Amino acid sequence: MLHIKCPHCGMRSQNEFSYGGDATVKRPELNKEVTDQEWDNFVYNRVSPRGKHLELWQHLSGCRQWIKVERDTASHEIFKTYKANEEIA
Amino acid sequence: MAQSYRIETGGLINRNKKISFKFNGVTYFGYDGDTLASALLANGVHLVGRSFKYHRPRGFFGAGVDEPYAVVQLYRNGETEPNIKATEQELFEGLEASSVNCWPSVNFDIGAINNFLKIFLPAGFYYKTFMWPKSFWYKIYEPFIRKAAGLGVASTKHDKERYEHKYEYCDLLIAGSGPSGLASAYSAAKNGAKVILAEDKPRYGGSLLTSDVNIGNQSGKDWADGIISELKEMPNVTVKNRSQVFGYYDHNMLVMSEKVSDHLPETKKYHPNKRLWYIRAKEVLISSGSIERPIVFGNNDTPGVMLSSAAKEYLKVYGVLVGKKPLVFTNNDSGYETAIEFKKHGVDPIVLDSRSNPQSEIIDEAKNLGINIKNSYVVVAAQGYKKVKSADVATISEDKKTLGKIENINCDCICVSGFWTPTIHLASQSGNKTKFNEEIDAFVPGVSKQNETTLGAANGVFTLEETLKTSFEKGKELSKKITEKDNEVSIPNVVEKKYSKHDKFWCVPLPKGKSYKRFLDFQNDVAVSDVEIALREGYRSIEHVKRYTTLGMATDQGKTSNLNGLQLVSEIENKVVPSVGHTTFRPPYTPISIGAIVGREVGKHSKPTRKSPIHNWHEEHNAVFVDAGVWLRPRYYKRGNETLIEASKREAKNVRTNVGVCDVTTLGKIDVKGPDAAEFLNRVYTNAWLKLPVGKARYGVMLREDGIVMDDGTTTRISENHYHMTTTTAQAANVLSHLEYYLQLVWPELNVNVVSTTEQWAGAAIAGPKSRELLQKLFPKTDVSKEGLPFMGYVEGDLFGVKARIFRISFSGELAYEVNVESDNGRFMWEKIIELGEEFKIQPYGTEALSTLRIEMGHVAGSELDGRTIPYDNALEGLLSKKKDFIGKRSLQRAAFVAEDRQRIVGVVPLDKKTSIPEGSHLVKDANAPLPNKKLGHISASCWSVEHDNPFSLAILKDGKNMIGEKLFVMSPLKNKVIPVEIVSSHYVDPKGERVRS
Repeated sequence: MLHIKCPHCGMRSQNEFSYGGDATVKRPELNKEVTDQEWDNFVYNRVSPRGKHLELWQHLSGCRQWIKVERDTASHEIFKTYKANEEIA
Repeated sequence: MAQSYRIETGGLINRNKKISFKFNGVTYFGYDGDTLASALLANGVHLVGRSFKYHRPRGFFGAGVDEPYAVVQLYRNGETEPNIKATEQELFEGLEASSVNCWPSVNFDIGAINNFLKIFLPAGFYYKTFMWPKSFWYKIYEPFIRKAAGLGVASTKHDKERYEHKYEYCDLLIAGSGPSGLASAYSAAKNGAKVILAEDKPRYGGSLLTSDVNIGNQSGKDWADGIISELKEMPNVTVKNRSQVFGYYDHNMLVMSEKVSDHLPETKKYHPNKRLWYIRAKEVLISSGSIERPIVFGNNDTPGVMLSSAAKEYLKVYGVLVGKKPLVFTNNDSGYETAIEFKKHGVDPIVLDSRSNPQSEIIDEAKNLGINIKNSYVVVAAQGYKKVKSADVATISEDKKTLGKIENINCDCICVSGFWTPTIHLASQSGNKTKFNEEIDAFVPGVSKQNETTLGAANGVFTLEETLKTSFEKGKELSKKITEKDNEVSIPNVVEKKYSKHDKFWCVPLPKGKSYKRFLDFQNDVAVSDVEIALREGYRSIEHVKRYTTLGMATDQGKTSNLNGLQLVSEIENKVVPSVGHTTFRPPYTPISIGAIVGREVGKHSKPTRKSPIHNWHEEHNAVFVDAGVWLRPRYYKRGNETLIEASKREAKNVRTNVGVCDVTTLGKIDVKGPDAAEFLNRVYTNAWLKLPVGKARYGVMLREDGIVMDDGTTTRISENHYHMTTTTAQAANVLSHLEYYLQLVWPELNVNVVSTTEQWAGAAIAGPKSRELLQKLFPKTDVSKEGLPFMGYVEGDLFGVKARIFRISFSGELAYEVNVESDNGRFMWEKIIELGEEFKIQPYGTEALSTLRIEMGHVAGSELDGRTIPYDNALEGLLSKKKDFIGKRSLQRAAFVAEDRQRIVGVVPLDKKTSIPEGSHLVKDANAPLPNKKLGHISASCWSVEHDNPFSLAILKDGKNMIGEKLFVMSPLKNKVIPVEIVSSHYVDPKGERVRS
């Protein structure tokens, strides 16, 4: 079970969190014309990297904040966690 | 029966407490402190089971967790548990056990015929033979193999025992209480670190219990006892015996199984049977020791052949002789320790040493005691079927290839020592890159991935002096990093015997003309010849060889067999062992009860039970409950002998004719507040929300980004910046997360907050033509007339002193209202409604009637919003705003979503107006078409229409828009039903929606 540092609450066990997928995906702006390809990329297409990955988790059974976690998908090492709108270094 | 193999004095057992137990129906006696294995051996019982494949007789091989043979079926306090290791099971008064994998009895086993057919049962035999004819597999081969193979029998009864889970954090977790575990725990504890010291056996001390050493002028055992009692006194230390750390997971989380009650005749009141510890440790010290490995020779599975260290443990810990004419077969000095122990207790052993001229302190001691030592000698084969009777022995050449003349030596047990294999399981599980140590011919931990350190014999260090020194230092060093204290601990003097080099020899060659089975894996009956076959057939990867031969795949997970298997593969392949590599070590290290893994989450505790504040009233009024998500809701209120159908018809009909009341507390409720709340709802819902006035409710549908309907519900504007959103019972939690996602990540600029208020409000739906009259009685001071409270209106009211929210919304399609009060007042509200509703013939109604009412009205719910449908499919396209963007809108342009013949909701009526249609049935054009019959749609919900008094269903049907009036068939292969039906509008009752607006 992973040990994740919630930027709001501190170190917590994985079972307090739920996974939210790739954190680098950006939703197209409202009312903006987008091509089918752009929309598919937003809704469906994801890279599945082996190694460093910036991902979303929600501290569901804690502060309920969505956070960003920089994690190695192979080793499970967590390098850093960020608040939802924190600048990613 | 006399314990004829028990020595007069000695051992760590309590001879003052005699214990009776039964094995295979025979009563024996042992002592307090025995294991089942030691007690049986004390009584001279060596035959305990049959092997997995050939059903060969099996005895005891080890004395602990590594035991491959002695697994038994245990009976305790009316319960039974399979596959218990007799070497681990502590004896208690009244214990009963029996052999597994033998029929009709352990002494006469019909399956042993396999032993004579063994040329037909080599590796891969099942794969090759039972492939054809294919149809034979299910009916003939598999049932037969299942009966013939296999171990114990699982209980089919409900497990009365309780299992607990515990979460713990510590600075240092130390696995194993041998010399390295004790030393490191001691120095870490002295530095104030929070330490957990775990020992899988009942007694602490590990190898110190059986080795002849001195630490600080005490015997090793006395020193261990002293350290343990000191540690137990320290508040920062937890010391646990009978506790196996079996798994090393990510981020230094380890799991330990504590056997709380297995050593007792029955579990004490309020105690668990086992406790599973989830331990998050800053540092882990693995001091799991090592396991002796066997030397492979002919018939080396005969009862009476066992590890030399086990023979020594039975003697020193339990005072039991495993034989009275022992033969010790060794390639290193450890065998001599066992021989010396025998000699000290008046038994004359013979030592066969594969080495030509070994010299060491301990060998000199053995010689001085007059022990018969034969150098350059090996055991070629054990003789005897159910017990060793003699051994064929021979000299062996220096290159270990050629045997001399075979002689026969009379003996009743063969104690084998092929040197030591470090127990690296936990280190390997942690991700440690293990490396091969040529010095000891075994793998040891290499580069750590997590905060883990392996010490002592587990790290391939076999001298006590070095083990203690490094362990004291490591415990101090690691704790200092955490506590920043640096307390000196003096390292005691050690007196131990020096060992000479072991012989790199592990398998005795077959003598000419003999075909003895030489076993590698004793539990799965994998012999040298099986591995040879696998390699001959082209299996190269050790992982493939393992799976093809099942080497190391039994319940002992190859603790005594893996390394010898690797040696064999490397020898045949002409590779060095490190390049063959070892198979992956995976948790658990040793089998763990399913009960312990599940813990308390069984039966009704497998999920939380949520009850509405009106629950007790429902119970008092004969409600029959149903699980709705995590909630319990009344399904119907039973009167007399009514069936579900009868009751739900009565309740639904009463709503259509008079008035009914339904507990809707379970609906998800979310408060949406803030100056941008309207804008937020406008983006979340598909329809327009900016112009909704205060005091009005609106029905809304929300989508996922992929265009699929996520949820629906009504949301009411309570005040300027405050909305009250409702969700379906099932989706409440998901919708909240969904809203939080958009507010926190996508549109953080919106000034809105959301919070769940589901449990803050109790809700009652009052529905039926007389509901307004009732409402007026409930709220005499409030204008609830058609004009005062129009459809989709909202007012606040005073319910006899209780503040209430009144919404004019309807799920049943009738004139209806929903009243909410704070949860604590829920029952008061409910009883008032029932009391004042009496004159209008009010009846409470449950979820079954609720479904009936919504189905015949064509209102969609969870069975239509099933994660596969878009708004059009549910006839909700009228709610899609063309003027604004919303979540998921862009996806609705996808080709499949705008197809002409897109699926759509319809009504379904059986032509005979009598036959009920099973939910989940498929709709087809022709019931007699050949399979696979093309599916046109499926039945999503069914009811008995109380308005029309005939069955009615909703279906999602391909090209549903153009199918009204068509005749189709409903097919339910599960219920074996074919029903001719007509497709009608999904709005079966009041299609214009006049009633809700009346």
